[in-house]
Amino acid sequence: MTALTDIPRANPQAPDAPRLPRRGAVRHSGADVGPSRATRIVVLSMAALFLGLPLFALGAFTVRGGLKGGVTLSHWHDLFGGELGAASGPLWSGLQNSLLLSVVTVVVMLALLVPTMILVRLHLPRLERVLEFVCLLPLTIPAVALVVGLAPVFSVVARVFGSGSWTLAFAYVIVTLPYSYRAIQANLAAVDVVTLAEAARSLGASWTATMRDVLLPNLRRGMLAASFISIAVVLGEFTIASLLSRTNLQTALVLVSKRDPYVSNIVVLLSLVFALVLLFALGRVGTQTRRSRP
Amino acid sequence: MGTGFTKKSGGFTLDTVKALGDPVVLGTFWNSAWLSALTAVLGVTFGAVICYALIGMRPDGTFRNAINAVSGVLAQFAGVPLAFAYIAALGLNGMVTVFLKDTWGIDIYSGGTWLYEMPGLVLPYLAFQIPLMVIVFLPALEALRPQWAEANATLGGTRFTYWTRVGLPVLVPSLIGSLLLLFANAFSAYATAAALISQGSQIVPLQIRAALSSETVLGHENLAGALALGMILTMVVVMSLYSLADRRSTRWRR
Repeated sequence: MTALTDIPRANPQAPDAPRLPRRGAVRHSGADVGPSRATRIVVLSMAALFLGLPLFALGAFTVRGGLKGGVTLSHWHDLFGGELGAASGPLWSGLQNSLLLSVVTVVVMLALLVPTMILVRLHLPRLERVLEFVCLLPLTIPAVALVVGLAPVFSVVARVFGSGSWTLAFAYVIVTLPYSYRAIQANLAAVDVVTLAEAARSLGASWTATMRDVLLPNLRRGMLAASFISIAVVLGEFTIASLLSRTNLQTALVLVSKRDPYVSNIVVLLSLVFALVLLFALGRVGTQTRRSRP
Repeated sequence: MGTGFTKKSGGFTLDTVKALGDPVVLGTFWNSAWLSALTAVLGVTFGAVICYALIGMRPDGTFRNAINAVSGVLAQFAGVPLAFAYIAALGLNGMVTVFLKDTWGIDIYSGGTWLYEMPGLVLPYLAFQIPLMVIVFLPALEALRPQWAEANATLGGTRFTYWTRVGLPVLVPSLIGSLLLLFANAFSAYATAAALISQGSQIVPLQIRAALSSETVLGHENLAGALALGMILTMVVVMSLYSLADRRSTRWRR
């Protein structure tokens, strides 16, 4: 389901666009066209109720005392006290796989995308549109459809690299490409890479030194944002792993939920909180980028 | 990497594509289409109202950042978790189900357990459609220029005339764009449906699952290919329309 969504933008406006009055634009004008305080409170609380109630039910379920009723923390205790029994196997390996996958995906993504984008920006500006088109293409292709094309490819991959779960990272790089591309592109557009590179070169720096000491530090925020969003996407990925019969966190959760719904719901809750923290941090990185610009 | 996008079919044949005309397949495409259309319309409506309520927030404030983070998690991360949450809330022994039955004696399942069938998908789908609408529509709403509101006020307009004469007409292209985007999003969603519905294949993604994982009937992998082709064609149409609407909607932001 991640296929089409937009990233929570680190940088919603194209940085080279003329700067519009941004800060609370409508509020600061003399004319008030925004909602009244009462409208705002009513609408937002209804939204919170509709979207929050199922999540609250999820939390309430994890402390339910089975058929006897009442509130108990024993399920949480079981999970963290190491008395999981049969459920822990798939869950543990799913979590390990997902973490490994997010690391491999981030590494491959950065290794592919950052040099390519810098190269295109510096030497092949004509290819910029092509690169953008290719990188945003996966948004148009549903993950379910992507799997159908990937299945024969992965039978080859399995022969070359073995059928370990980490090989899914190749597919995940494609899936996370649009999000990572946008995050890095926003950063790249805000930094004058061409001038920086020319300055470094004319001062006698080698290409490696230019990359390491000048360009990469300037693209740190974009790379950080791209990594965060990629980790969030990979940890939440279900479609491709499930249809290619690999185990990751989400497929393990579905498997375990049939046997021990308490444990799976606790882990789901924790993973949601983790993703929330990740995206909140992503938002902060984006805000700082905006502020630091003149 | 390009190989991921090419469809592999040994030898040329149109037989698999003909499977798209099969009544069962057409039925699932129809199911997918109305589910996506319904959740897109509802998502756009509710999401737009929420965006309206958020007007005047500082775009870089902490509250706004929190809204973004929550919407992001619900819209992209929460495929399987949403299915679990709705089972916990509306399942046979879910919190809301039990509460309604015990308090007012309302049995929401008197007509059968619809949560695990097509109608049951609507609510969980809305739970990721509405946040997506907030993510894509809020920037458009914030790009409305304060000068227009001032002009409206100077000319004696009210809040009502501002929205009916200025705000909505300017926003129509981005509303249509959001509608298409939400449609495409629901059309391609798989995780929630797969975690909620374990038997049967009422919508296209689930039918692809059945075609991919079944080994009993010969030629089923080709059916999966044909279904995927149908999906991609639909998406291409929707997304081209979207890019038209998007180009139109950025006209005012120059």
